[in-house]
Amino acid sequence: MDGAVVATGFDVARVRQDFPILSQTVRGKTLVFLDSGASAQKPRAVIDTMVRTMETAYANVHRGAYNLSEKATAAYEAARAAVARFLNAADEREIVFTSSSTAAINLVAHSYGRGVLKAGDAVLISEMEHHANLVPWQMLRDAHGVELRVARVTDAGELDMADVEAKLEDGRVKLVAVTHMSNVLGTVTPAERLATLAHAHGAKLLLDGSQAAVHRRVDMQAIGCDFYVFTGHKLYGPTGIGVLWGRMELLERMPPFLGGGDMIAEVSLERFLPASVPAKFEAGTPPIIEAIGLHAAIDYVESIGMTAIEAHERTLVDRATTKLSAIEGLTLMGRAQDRGGVFAFALDVAHAHDLATLLDRTGIAVRSGRHCAEPLHARFNVESTCRASFGLYTTVEEIDYLAEALVKAREFFS
Amino acid sequence: MFDDLRDLYQEVILDHGRKPRNFRRLEDADRHARGDNPMCGDRMELWVKLEADGRIADAAFQGKGCAISMASASLMTETVRGKTPAEAHALGDTFRALAMTGTCPDCGAELADDMERLQVLGGVSEYPSRVKCATLAWHTLNNALDDKQEAASSE
Repeated sequence: MDGAVVATGFDVARVRQDFPILSQTVRGKTLVFLDSGASAQKPRAVIDTMVRTMETAYANVHRGAYNLSEKATAAYEAARAAVARFLNAADEREIVFTSSSTAAINLVAHSYGRGVLKAGDAVLISEMEHHANLVPWQMLRDAHGVELRVARVTDAGELDMADVEAKLEDGRVKLVAVTHMSNVLGTVTPAERLATLAHAHGAKLLLDGSQAAVHRRVDMQAIGCDFYVFTGHKLYGPTGIGVLWGRMELLERMPPFLGGGDMIAEVSLERFLPASVPAKFEAGTPPIIEAIGLHAAIDYVESIGMTAIEAHERTLVDRATTKLSAIEGLTLMGRAQDRGGVFAFALDVAHAHDLATLLDRTGIAVRSGRHCAEPLHARFNVESTCRASFGLYTTVEEIDYLAEALVKAREFFS
Repeated sequence: MFDDLRDLYQEVILDHGRKPRNFRRLEDADRHARGDNPMCGDRMELWVKLEADGRIADAAFQGKGCAISMASASLMTETVRGKTPAEAHALGDTFRALAMTGTCPDCGAELADDMERLQVLGGVSEYPSRVKCATLAWHTLNNALDDKQEAASSE
């Protein structure tokens, strides 16, 4: 095994045993799951915790003065505390549970967008955003009259920081909303620099951490951003749970997004008084089992250690860069200096869907298409790509196998 | 590594995918439609020239997409020439059934020759996510014949 992997004490073979799904076969071939960027597989610890919760400690939260509800409430709030530690948030109340990253960004676009931003203010996004961090801002622009600006991406697939600065220059941008790691290019954006730059021009910074939070330690107090979102299912947790972290003073200024139970302090037939943060943003019965599952997922990755995971993934990224670059006729989309384990590529002789079908026959699962980033594919003038994305259970051998299959696939179509 | 994929990617499909027939714009077309599967990125434009009696005199297309979608459009333009719009619609319905089920028990004698040509695409039925690639051209043809302005989609 690779030296770097041994040095961190990270044993990928042992990690793989924690994921029941990885031992199955697909069409008679061992599963090689390279679509963790879309959704990651779940370790036994997450599965068991969720099942155990439903079997022994489930009831609605914040409502019942009975033992089970108290147990469930404590577990739900413990999940909030775990997320706060995971992000190094200054205050647990800054953690708002949503159903997904998408829901978290929509929350900010509605509440901060309509409640704090004014017509004539501008929001700055980038060309490499997932549709989840593009469409909510287009909707805000159309409904509320804010201007939407788009920062360019360089040919190497990095955020064009000179363009970011130019677009902040006139001081009208009040919110910068960009990805912390591209789900197509793998590019990691310079979060701290973006925060400094945004603040110097009077703007707040929202980072979409859907990909980044899975692959490296993210520290809210060190980064200095104002909003951060991520989702449970890419972090080896369940679907249906997402997180919005926001600075306390901003969350307090923001009006509620969804109205309903649990988000009110007082309500009459005429009016309501919103609850305090974070309950103000958690209308209705929250994703209770999912939050507890996310807690288990965080405990799981922390038991391995984000530093060890990062080091393992660095080995995978280096291997994939070398192996994929060596394949004749293969174009890699994005060659950023700072990147994570997401590789989008196109073969000269085969369309992405044909390629994905072939790879499926070898047991390899990759995504094909435009990966919810249609404008980015237009930017690079590519119809569609295949994307291999790695998780902590991905092995160097799997990457070698992918490279071998790609060479054979090219022969097949030539 | 991929031997068992020859059912799906038969030589005819690879050949039509690489060198699609009737891959051109028909300048004097009577009908025109676009097909677009935005999720996967298959796109085509189809032109149809009609005879005085309404039969299809010529059909041609241009587009970008996977081997299955290009081969299907190519084979379609070869197959529908000389057909009335009603016959072309019926053939499209039969083809969609073939793509979804892999068999064509109700084909009937009058469609037998045409379906034999299209049979090579029957392998997609084993790949549910790829059926839409094979049927996009036929959806686009329906829109052209029915004079519909909106882009056809099979997603």
